[in-house]
Order: sequence, then C-alpha cells, then structure tokens
Amino acid sequence: MKVSLSWLKEYVDITLPPHKLAQRLTLAGNEVKGMQVVGGSWEFVSVGEITAINPHPNADRLRLVTVNLGTEETTVVCGAPNLRCDDKIAFASVGAQLYDGHSGKLSRLEPAKIRGVASRGMVCSEKELGISESHQGIMVLPEDAPLGMPLADYLGDVIFDLDITPNRADCLSVVGIAREVSALTGQGLHLPRADYAESAVPIDQQVSVSVIDPELCSRYSASLITGVKIGPSPAWLQQRLLAYGMRPINNVVDVTNYVMVEYGQPLHAFDYQRIRGGKIIVRRAEAGETLDTLDGTKRSLDDNMLVIADEKGAVAVAGIMGGAASEVSEGTTSILLEAANFNAASIHHTGSALRLPSEARMRFERGIRPELTVVALKRATQLISKLGGGEAAQGLIDVYPGRADHEPIRLSPGKLERVLGVGFSPEQITGALTALGFTCRTDADGDLWAAAPYWRGDIRHDGDLIEEVARIVGYDKIPMTLLSRPIPHQSPEPVFSLKRKLRGILVGYGFSEIVTYSLTSLELLRRLPMEPGSPDAEPLRMANPMTFEQEYLRPNLRANLLTTLAANRRHEDGGIRLFELGKVYLTRPKDLPEEPEVLCGLMSGPRLEHSWHGGDELFGFYDAKGVVEALLAHLGIAADFVESNDPALHNAKQAGIMVSGNKLGVIGELHPKVLTAFEITGPVCLFEINLAQLLNFTVGHRVFQPVARFPVVERDIALVLDEQVSHARVQEIITGFPLVAQVTIFDAYWGKQVPAGKKSLAYRIVFRSLEHTLTDTEVDKVQQKILTKLSRELGATLRS
Amino acid sequence: MLQQLRELEQSALTELEAVNDAKELELWRVRYLGKKSQLTQALRGLAALPVAERKTAGARANQLKAELEAALGQKELVLRNSQLSVASEAGYFDVSLPGRPYPVGHLHPITQTIYEVCDIFASLGFQVVEGPEVEWDYYNFEALNIPEEHPARDSMSTSWVDFKAEGVRPMLLRTHTTSLTARMIEARKPPIRLVEPGRVYRYEASDATHSPMFHQIDGIAIDTGITMADLKGTLYEFARRFFGENRGVRFRCDYFPFVEPGVEMAIECTVCNGSGCRLCGHSGWIEILGAGMAHPRVLERGGIDPEVYSGFAFGMGIDRMPMLRHGIDDIRLFYNNDLRFLSQF
Ligand SMILES: [Zn+2]
Repeated sequence: MKVSLSWLKEYVDITLPPHKLAQRLTLAGNEVKGMQVVGGSWEFVSVGEITAINPHPNADRLRLVTVNLGTEETTVVCGAPNLRCDDKIAFASVGAQLYDGHSGKLSRLEPAKIRGVASRGMVCSEKELGISESHQGIMVLPEDAPLGMPLADYLGDVIFDLDITPNRADCLSVVGIAREVSALTGQGLHLPRADYAESAVPIDQQVSVSVIDPELCSRYSASLITGVKIGPSPAWLQQRLLAYGMRPINNVVDVTNYVMVEYGQPLHAFDYQRIRGGKIIVRRAEAGETLDTLDGTKRSLDDNMLVIADEKGAVAVAGIMGGAASEVSEGTTSILLEAANFNAASIHHTGSALRLPSEARMRFERGIRPELTVVALKRATQLISKLGGGEAAQGLIDVYPGRADHEPIRLSPGKLERVLGVGFSPEQITGALTALGFTCRTDADGDLWAAAPYWRGDIRHDGDLIEEVARIVGYDKIPMTLLSRPIPHQSPEPVFSLKRKLRGILVGYGFSEIVTYSLTSLELLRRLPMEPGSPDAEPLRMANPMTFEQEYLRPNLRANLLTTLAANRRHEDGGIRLFELGKVYLTRPKDLPEEPEVLCGLMSGPRLEHSWHGGDELFGFYDAKGVVEALLAHLGIAADFVESNDPALHNAKQAGIMVSGNKLGVIGELHPKVLTAFEITGPVCLFEINLAQLLNFTVGHRVFQPVARFPVVERDIALVLDEQVSHARVQEIITGFPLVAQVTIFDAYWGKQVPAGKKSLAYRIVFRSLEHTLTDTEVDKVQQKILTKLSRELGATLRS
Repeated sequence: MLQQLRELEQSALTELEAVNDAKELELWRVRYLGKKSQLTQALRGLAALPVAERKTAGARANQLKAELEAALGQKELVLRNSQLSVASEAGYFDVSLPGRPYPVGHLHPITQTIYEVCDIFASLGFQVVEGPEVEWDYYNFEALNIPEEHPARDSMSTSWVDFKAEGVRPMLLRTHTTSLTARMIEARKPPIRLVEPGRVYRYEASDATHSPMFHQIDGIAIDTGITMADLKGTLYEFARRFFGENRGVRFRCDYFPFVEPGVEMAIECTVCNGSGCRLCGHSGWIEILGAGMAHPRVLERGGIDPEVYSGFAFGMGIDRMPMLRHGIDDIRLFYNNDLRFLSQF
C-alpha cells in the first residue's frame, strides 16, 4: 500500500521527519518496506510561466521560449510540441540534476548553445524530472502554481510503501494509516467532511435495492447523482492515483478509486440509465448465467458467485468487476453509486475462479467493516457532485441486514502483565487504546472494558487488546528474561543423533554432503530400472506442479545423486564421493505417505587424488563395501553381504546388506545401462541404507571384552578351492574353531598358477587363548582340524 | 655335509653383502633361513646321518644358522641406518612436496546451520524433533488459525499433492515447519520446549532469492507463566550467540495468525551495519524470524488450556543465515550441489 506524505498530512499533523515516521510505523506493525522521495533531486528547478514563444532563427522545429521565474526572466531553446503562452511549467536552471529524456540517465544541466543560440536552462518534461515515463511534451502545472517556488516545495513528496498485514484491512487506506500515525505520535486527526447539497429527487423514488442473499452481502448502500458531466479528473486527483499506482480514467471512476484508497471501501459507479427498472437485486448468479464485463470478456458465472442484477439480469459481478453494459462512459449523465459489504470468502472464491485480482477484491477478502459503506459513499458522492458538476439525490439507500455492533471486551491489568511479562499503568493502557479509537471504561474490579472502533474488524478477545497496547507503548518497553521454569523432560530422539553421527563419519571419510530437491521429474526417475511393484514405480504426484522437473516426490535418492554426479563430472575428473541423507516419499493408501530416511552415497573416479605419490586406481565395488563395513563398525553392527538383484546395479557386483535376517540396504556398482542413461562413465559405486532399519540394530552401549594378556600365534595358510566357493564360507568354517581369534584374507588369486576353475585364497589366522600362552603343538592340532574340515566340506587343498 | 655347509656359508654371506634393501633382504632370509632353505633341510636331515657325523654336522649347522641370523640382524641395522643417512646426507629433503592426500569431505552449509541453531536452542533446554513434510491441510493451516479463505494463505502459495481418496482431507507439502508445532501441541502435554528443523515448500518459481524448497526451524515453549519477556530474552540470546555479541537486535510488531502478540525479530544488516544498503532495502535491518505468544485458540485446539498455560512460538528461515554469513547471493547454489561451491564450507 503506497501512501504519500502530503496526502497523510491532510488528515493528521506530522512533525516527525519521514524516516522517523517510517520507523514508528514499522515497529508498530505496519512495515514501511520502501520510501521514495519525489523531488529529492530537484534543486535548481522552480515554477515558471511562459511569457513569450518565438521562432528559432536557425531551426524550424525549435522555439525560443521566454520564462518568467518571478524575480527574473530568461529565454531558452525548446522543441516541445505543447508550448503555450501563460502556462505554468517546471523550469530547470543550470546545475539541475535531470534525467535524459531518451536514455534516462541522470546528469547535470550545463549551459548550451543550440543551433547558435545560447540556452541557460530547460523547460522540463515529467520524465526529465523523474515523475513518470512521459516525454511527449513539457509538464504543464496547475494555474495556481506559485511563481518562482522551488518545485520540490510545490510538488515534492515522500511516498511510503507499506506492507499491510492481512489482519489490518482498515490500514489499506490513507485514513487508516493516518489513524495509526495519530495513535503513535499523539497528533490530532482531522478527517474530511463529507457534506454536500442533496437537491435532486429523493433516491428512494428512483432506485430500489433488495438483498436476496444477506449472507454474502451484509450491507448495500447507494446514492444517485444526476446531471454529471464526465471528463478528466483534476490534476491533484490524477497525481494521487498515479502515486498510488492507479491509472486515471475519468472523474467518476477516479473518484471511486480515490475514495477506496482514502477510506478502504471499494465503490462501484453504474450508469443509472442502464439499470433497467431502477432496480438493484443482490443475488447469487444462476447456473449458466453469463456477463460481459467491462474488460470485454464474457464471464461464465456459477451459483457460488454473487452478482448485482437489475430487472433483466446481471449488471456486475459483486465486488469483482462491473458489466460492460452499465459502465460509466462519456455519454453518462446519471450515476448510481454503490458502496457495499460483500462476504470475504465469496469474493475470494469468485475472484480466483475468474482470475481477477484487484484492489477492491483484496480489500473485501481481508474483511472490511460494513460500517464503512455509508462513510465512503457520502465522501464519493460529495466529490463526484463537486468534480462532475452533478446534483445528488436526497437521501441514500441503505439495506443493512448484517448489522453487528462491537461488544466491549474485558481486559484485566493482571492478564496483560501475565502475557507481556511487564505491567503497564491503567493510564498507559487506556491511553494507548483511546488513541486508537477504542471506547474504554473501568469497572468496580479495576478491569478495563474496551470497545473497538467501528473500522477495526480484528479485535475479538482480550489478547487482541494486549497486542494493541504492547505495540503502541512499544515492544522495546518489554524486558528480556530467560525461561525460568525447569527444563522439560526429554524423550530420546535417536534418529536425529544417528543422522548427525553418520554425516560426521562420512565427511571424515572424505564424502561431501549434498541436499537435493524432494520434487523431481518422472523422466529422471524412469532412467532407473525398477522392480515391478516397488514403491519407486508409483511416485506421488503434485496436483499443481510448477514445472515438469518438480512434478513427483522422490521415491529414492539415487536419481538426484546420479544427476548431481553427472553435473559435477563436467568440471571434475578426480575422485568424487557424495552422499545425501534425507527422506523419500512412499505412497500409502488413504494416509500421508511414509517418509523413511535414507542414506545414499556414490563414489566414482580415482580412489586417490592424483599426486606425486601415485595412485590412479578407480573406485569399485569393494570401496562401497569398505565404507559400509566401516560405518557399521562405528555403530557396533556386524552385517552379512548377500546375493541381491537390484535392477539398477551391475548383475554380479552388488550385494544386500543383511543384519539378523533384515535387509538394511544395498551396495554395488551401477549398471552400465543406468550410467549411460545419466551420461556418466563408470564405474560408479553406490551404497544405500534405510535409517529406520539401521537404528533397530544400532548398539546402544557395548559390553566390554577383556583384552588378551597372553601372546597370540599367527599362521598363514594358502588354499586352493573351486572358484564358486565364497570367501565367506571359508571364513565361517575357520572362525568356528576354538582358539581362533581372527581370520584375515590377505591374498586372492585366479590365473595360471592354479588349475582352471580353481582359485587360491590365503589367510592369516590368529590364535589366542585367554588363559595361557599357546604352544606350537596346540596350534598345530587346531590348524590340522581346520584343514580337514575345509577339505571335507569345501574340497580345499593346501597350495604347495 | 660339512663341505656343503661351508659352501652354503660362502654363498650366503656373499649374497648378503650384495643386498641393498629390505625386500632383497627378505628374499635372502627365505632362501637361506626359510623353511625350505638348504640349511633347514640339512638340519632336518641330521637324523639320517650316522651318530658320529650327526654330532659334528649338527653343531656346525646350528652354528651356521646362528651365524646367518646374526648377519641378518646386522644387515637389517645397516640397511635402516643407511636409509636414514641417505635421507640426511642427500642434503636436501623437500618438505615442500605435498603430503600423501587424504580426501576432505564437507557437510552441506544448510546442515551446518541447522546443527548450529539446534545446538544453541538445545543448550536452552529445547529438544530437537522432526516431522512429516507431506502434511494434511489441517496441521499446516486450520490448526494454526488459517482457515480456507484466510488471506495469510495467499502469502504462502502451496504445492498440493495429487492424492484423492474417500474421506481423506487435502494433502500438501508443508509451507512452514510450524505444521509440526501444531502436531506437537496436540500430541504432547506441557511443559513443552522443542525446536523443529526441516524442509519446507512453496509454490514459487525459483530465482536468486526464492526456491520452491528451502529450510526452516520452528520452535515452541509452553509452560505455566511464560511471557513475552521470555520470548524476547530467549530469541535475543539466540541472536547474540549466532550473529555475535555486538550485532543489534530489534523486535517489532508483526502478524501471524497463530500467535498474539506477533513479533518479528531483525538484526542489524550484516553488510552495512545499520546504515542502509541494497541488501537490507535501505532499512539497516534484516528480518531473521517471526514469533509471538501462542494464540489461545491454537492451544485450545491442541487440547491445552490457555487459562493455565501460555507459551511462545517462533520460526526462522535457515537458508538466509549462511547467505548472510558467507555473502552467498543466490539461494539456488545450495541445491545445485556444485562441489566447487560445497567445498568452500
Ligand atoms: Zn544493509
């Protein structure tokens, strides 16, 4: 909401400098988000009068213009088409800062010689002064502009751009802001008197109004002005509308807009001659009803929309837009002026269904008070009679089915102190409320009873009163204390700490965390082959996607990670380790989706940074496995890696992560087809872990294991086995024997040194006893048993 | 046999002389002292010899073994020393060469900020909770005094989920983490002191200052006797710790349907320090969070008696904070995940 200082000053005395005023308004809840100083650069520009226009001796299209500046006269060269003797204009002397009429750049006016004639000054256009974009001709000032007065004193102003919160419909008006200024600064308020001569035939003999649907229209007021001459509005009115951001149209329409900005009450002017039968009927639209609105569009209406109709049919969509047929036009002479109060929800519905945002709609939607209609109606009738030269009918029509008075609300000073943490004196409380227009009285118990002024629709209970007092007295008067009550009991929230731990570990391992959008495209998701029936196949869709790239809620983290990897590959050919820890969204019938947290990581490129220490090996399956094993070790979890058939992963190089029969996730290298789809060269390894499952197996507190006091004995064995026999089976057998403390595979070999179809695995076995120092014989015995069992169950032989 | 041992000694010592590094030394050890070495086999073969010969040969073999082991130890020492001296005698050991690389990981700046903010509130007794991002219309709006036609909905353009089933209310992507506050008020009994970090969504095209997804932290404290002075004190304490001791803090009246009185907290602009610049819209202040005293109807709806309990709630945008702190001028950088960006934090 834009308000100019000069307009405000008409209604309230302002002594504060503009920036201080802006600060006060902001602190009290009406944020001034911008301030524009009009005329701030108008030094050396003043009001002048054209006294003579003579031809330029050397140029047909230029004139020599003599300007009277009150104390002196000067002659300059000018090419504007609209020069007229006796016109008041804005004259810039040498030194003035002006905007270039073409480039718009601000520069200092210098003395010039134009086609051989010296010119020390300029008659300005609006664009040159920075008032508007108009550069068609010079700006002509009103006749009564005081000669010689600096233009900044005459036209200079400050425009405040206010952010009005949704609860304060009353502040969407100059009068509303003036009331705030008055309450905040203690300065007197003087609102315009809206009196006018009621000389024509009484309105009720010419117009009748019936409100069929009082739920949607709590009040309908109307006045009638005859003998109006339609024409342009006076300059002062046009200027105020322009400063607010509205385009002037004609004197009648401009007045309705002006009064709307002034009081916050939307008005509509009908051409009275076009209202058939002189009847106004406020009703819901009939199914299938249409109306040609004044923007030249045929609107289809539904029965949730309120219309203003006459005897024959709709003439306006209530509060949204008038009909073309009853529009005020050049030939209009009688004006039926409407000021009504329409239901906020209904206006919202109609406005969004017809996609018509407007200043009027915004005010209705925020809930203006029905008391306003007559106040604004009288003011607009006065202005139209004055500016359009018409005669107002006697009386008004005022149908008011929705009358509701403000009941006083009780406020105990104790309650105020309990909410704010500081007590205010009864004088402070009453003073703040009275300044805002509340009617206050104190009862025998010392409680205050305050009734809100008619323009406030947002005051419903004592909390509202407390807020009013606090903001007028000032939030800075409230002290600062820390919470003094005991800290509440905290129930454990293990997921948050688990996530933090995992992030810390992975970052320590050299991974970078990424955060990607939860919304993604179907195309991206389809790049990953999915198991039929998996939740990935049916992602949740948005009803109103902004773009196709933000249409589906991600059912996995893989797609986004791969996209991120591909994007980073464009500038990074070293090793990349990425992870995301976030939610995926899985559809559930009749309920909010499940939002499991997933940890997903990718590793790709050289394992070690390319350096003088060497190292160009690429990340592979066992790197992903190593990371997962280490992560799980941090959490005290031992997992098995089992066969898996994730279609996005390499057929052989993938494994499921199992703990006690539960699948935690999966590791593997991405399938070459997937890499192609994401335009990445491989190998790329992935790990994916479901956090809820992980949490189930995370060991809270580990039990201490005694540290061995006796030395260990190490033995190395190299076995030859069938290729299909897995390391896991060998390890399982060896660890099953007593005294075996640890088994480590230190070599795996396929090739010429062993027969075809065979491989060689070499293990270091660590033997240990907690009771005594082992002898060779003891160890030999166990080792022999191990070899026997390996041979019997796995067909293993010792490699010679 | 003795002849054999003599030859063995000869060749072993000669070869040992030629050994230059640890690898060769190990090969030498296996050859002359390993299980399959001639010497070991000789020692095993002693049993087959006649008794008289066995004694002398045995003594000789064991002596040789000891001799070779000693020589091995000696050589090891020499090698180790020679390495040291090579390094020092080289005269120039280039310490400027880069060390063996260890990969450096980075926590996302948004995560870092969330942890930092949560830690501050945790120290003031607030517990961290998280909640659903896909939410019922009710918790995001209705429960917070924002009915369907409320103008406040316009300022939070909403992404709706395409999900229709019988008896199911409208589903949306939460527009603020305050939806979790509504859930917590319903689910928990006072005293309550919680912070709620997470992702939030708006139906907005993205540009340098807008993103369809961003992060917020909401907070709530409900107990007996909580006042607006507590609200100011708690949030001031947060601002002081996060933005620094000397940064000015301002509280002003603002409106949010679920609180009353409503508060906005701003800090002195981090660029101009209050004198006014483009970042702060020439006001000198930067809005950090919205807050207020919990609205009695919101408490009531959640089953908390507003006559007994009072409390305050607050909500802040997270993305803005690292942007201010590090001078990041485009919110989209957080979600593009360019490693050249992420690795700066
Ligand atoms: Zn600034």
